[in-house]
Amino acid sequence: MAKAKVQEVPVVWIQTGTCTGCSVSVLNSVSPTIKNVLIDEVVPGKHVSLKFQATVMAGQGEAVLKVLEETPKANKGGYVLVVEGAIPTKDGGIYGTLGEKNGEEVPMASWIESLAKDALAIIALGTCAAFGGIAAGKPNPGGYVGTDTFLKSRKIAKPLINIPGCPPHPDWFIGTVASVLLLGLPKPEDLDELKRPKAFFGKLIHENCPRRAYFDEGKFARQFGEPGCLNELGCKGPVTYADCPLRLWNHGTNWCIGAGSPCIGCCEPGFPDLVAPFYQKLDDANMPAIGKLQGKEN
Amino acid sequence: MSKIVVDPITRIEGHLKVEVITEKGVVKDAHSSGMLFRGIEVILRGRDPRDAQRYTQRICGVCPTSHSIAATLNLDSAFGISDKIPNNGRFVRNLILGAAHIADHILHFYHLTALDYVDVTKVLNYDGNDPVLNSVKEFAKRGELAPFVPRYEGDYRLSDQINIEATAHYVKALEMRRKAQEMLTIFGGKMPHNMAVIPGGVTETVTVDKIASFLWRLNELRDFINNVYIPDVLAVAEAYSDYFEIGAGCGNLLSYGSFDLEGGNPDYTKRDRLLKQGTVSTDLKLGALDTNKIMEYVKHSWYADSSTGKHPTQGMTEPQPHKKGAYSWAKAPRYDGKVYEVGPLARVAATYASGEPTVKNLVDSVLSRFNASPKALFSVLGRHAARALYTKFVADSMPGWLLQLKPGEPAYIDYTIPDEAFGMGLVDGARGALGHWIEIKDKKIANYQCVVPSTWNLGPRDDKGQPGPVEQALLGTKIKDENNPYEIGRIVRSFDPCLACAIHVITPKGRTIGIYKVS
Repeated sequence: MAKAKVQEVPVVWIQTGTCTGCSVSVLNSVSPTIKNVLIDEVVPGKHVSLKFQATVMAGQGEAVLKVLEETPKANKGGYVLVVEGAIPTKDGGIYGTLGEKNGEEVPMASWIESLAKDALAIIALGTCAAFGGIAAGKPNPGGYVGTDTFLKSRKIAKPLINIPGCPPHPDWFIGTVASVLLLGLPKPEDLDELKRPKAFFGKLIHENCPRRAYFDEGKFARQFGEPGCLNELGCKGPVTYADCPLRLWNHGTNWCIGAGSPCIGCCEPGFPDLVAPFYQKLDDANMPAIGKLQGKEN
Repeated sequence: MSKIVVDPITRIEGHLKVEVITEKGVVKDAHSSGMLFRGIEVILRGRDPRDAQRYTQRICGVCPTSHSIAATLNLDSAFGISDKIPNNGRFVRNLILGAAHIADHILHFYHLTALDYVDVTKVLNYDGNDPVLNSVKEFAKRGELAPFVPRYEGDYRLSDQINIEATAHYVKALEMRRKAQEMLTIFGGKMPHNMAVIPGGVTETVTVDKIASFLWRLNELRDFINNVYIPDVLAVAEAYSDYFEIGAGCGNLLSYGSFDLEGGNPDYTKRDRLLKQGTVSTDLKLGALDTNKIMEYVKHSWYADSSTGKHPTQGMTEPQPHKKGAYSWAKAPRYDGKVYEVGPLARVAATYASGEPTVKNLVDSVLSRFNASPKALFSVLGRHAARALYTKFVADSMPGWLLQLKPGEPAYIDYTIPDEAFGMGLVDGARGALGHWIEIKDKKIANYQCVVPSTWNLGPRDDKGQPGPVEQALLGTKIKDENNPYEIGRIVRSFDPCLACAIHVITPKGRTIGIYKVS
């Protein structure tokens, strides 16, 4: 039997104001492994052709900039743009540039604009790309914004999926890509009002936290290393939507609260300014649908 | 005269641009430019000091762990508890840092560097039964070779057999670096951006099951380091042995040391560490580390001139994007006014110079294999060899720390944040000497400065016009083919840059040299 031709799905992955942590997190994918993603058919009959990814690609210099210019022409409306990092916009985008044209540095913002226009869809990977994240923390020296805000400012209307997290879990990214390849673009009801897939961001950390029983009983850790709910130590699980407590991290090895650390709310649009200071206890008023804290001292 | 532009330099972390001027095929001038400014230090002002660990990890998602350690040592010192961290906390920090360095160095050699030396397309000639290699062959046969092409052509020297083996190891190494990060999270919670390393110790508790799980993951990694990683580095070195003489650099090395072997001395410059602190030059004599000699210069950086020549405790970050004569977002750190390289080579050389017997044996055995003098360490291959030997030395030291952990005993000590204080945190991160400095006023961050390894290595000229280490390493290099300037990528990557780079090679015919003055 002749083998059906494998469909190549072009993906262009641009890093802007990022620490590269999102890329490193995706390298940690287990099923599929990153080798499966790069080399094999990630779903039967479809291969992700990663045209540009600065952390892993062999090429460099002018040759790879050509890829960025040619991919939208050759695959108009047929490629996925992945944005990793927040987009610097202050002073004409001078705080982050990628390559040169005619002796002038090209702002990352210009690349995102030109690549987004002709994309099939855009995935904003990580909290920086989705909402601005760390780089957009006060006073936001580089004028960093998330992809949604940026595209609106350039009047580009394209399907956008936000996969926040600092970093995002590899399953959230791979699961989203697989879903697009198998079922097409997400339907409006698949995403929440922040354009996050409900499959991964539908529940609060607090709802599924293994330390929840301590909270309900009013047993609180007063110092790191103690058993008990981490609320008094600043946990942001009650205001953070993500499935970390069920999915766990790094091949199910551990996760933040599992290691005795309070959640720092890294998937939320308010990260970092609205969830910091990270070790400061949330106001009771910020606890959605939970009511008054029980068992407090005083 | 030609100017070569490679923009962007890929397979590194961050955004960097290097321009090279060649004359008759030899590099006469080089400029290295950091091309991204996020201003984490500016963002930190006015915040809760404890949060600095969380923010500074996000400087770099490839080496966040090193930042978490530097920030935490910095906060420990500001809070007056640097000599009071429980042993469990100290050993767990060592284990977390060690796991991170293993993951980082495997990643660097196989996934960031190897494609400069290994020709993955030779897998088309494979005719064995290995399912992994056959799947890569199927991929290559389809002809859609992204992300492995386009690339610079013309200098792939390994035999088919070694190319094919190395391709299999590239895939295996993806699994190994992932497992090293998983090992880290046994105590660290998650990666990237571990949660557990905090001032006072670590948040995670020590239990027997974690020790056992960590130990057996470590054993698998040590097998890989000894039987795959080091042999592959040596195989590349044999085929490309001219790279022992390429990319020498400035000849001065600076190490802050890493892995605290004791916790009693509050002075990190004098604390007993597995890898030693100090300076080493080509004479391989160890000099004492004096952090008062560190200054940062910004004449050629996009920051206000008023902030030049400052010690990090007085450091300022005042961006000035269009400053004349500037060409980088990186500052130019100098030690005693001179140019110093940092990284695994520096810490291995410092430890070698201290007479530490294990490191001395490891280094001498590699040098004798290539019939080379210690001077050959100052080279592209010297850096790769030092990185691989360092990885082995650390991995071999980790079981000892695991076995000193005491289940049930504390790994954390509580503290109060002082109203006013200064702090300093020093550690050798994966890519080299990493320093964090803090000033606290009213229990808030008044000033926070990080002097990071890639600023040392990839920083621009200083106020005296002295080129930085990578710039110096490029000078004098013969570029065989200006359309495929593979020498540049190989030299730059041997430093394991942690910036997104852009290297430029331009022919100046009909073009001005650009915005840089070339003498």
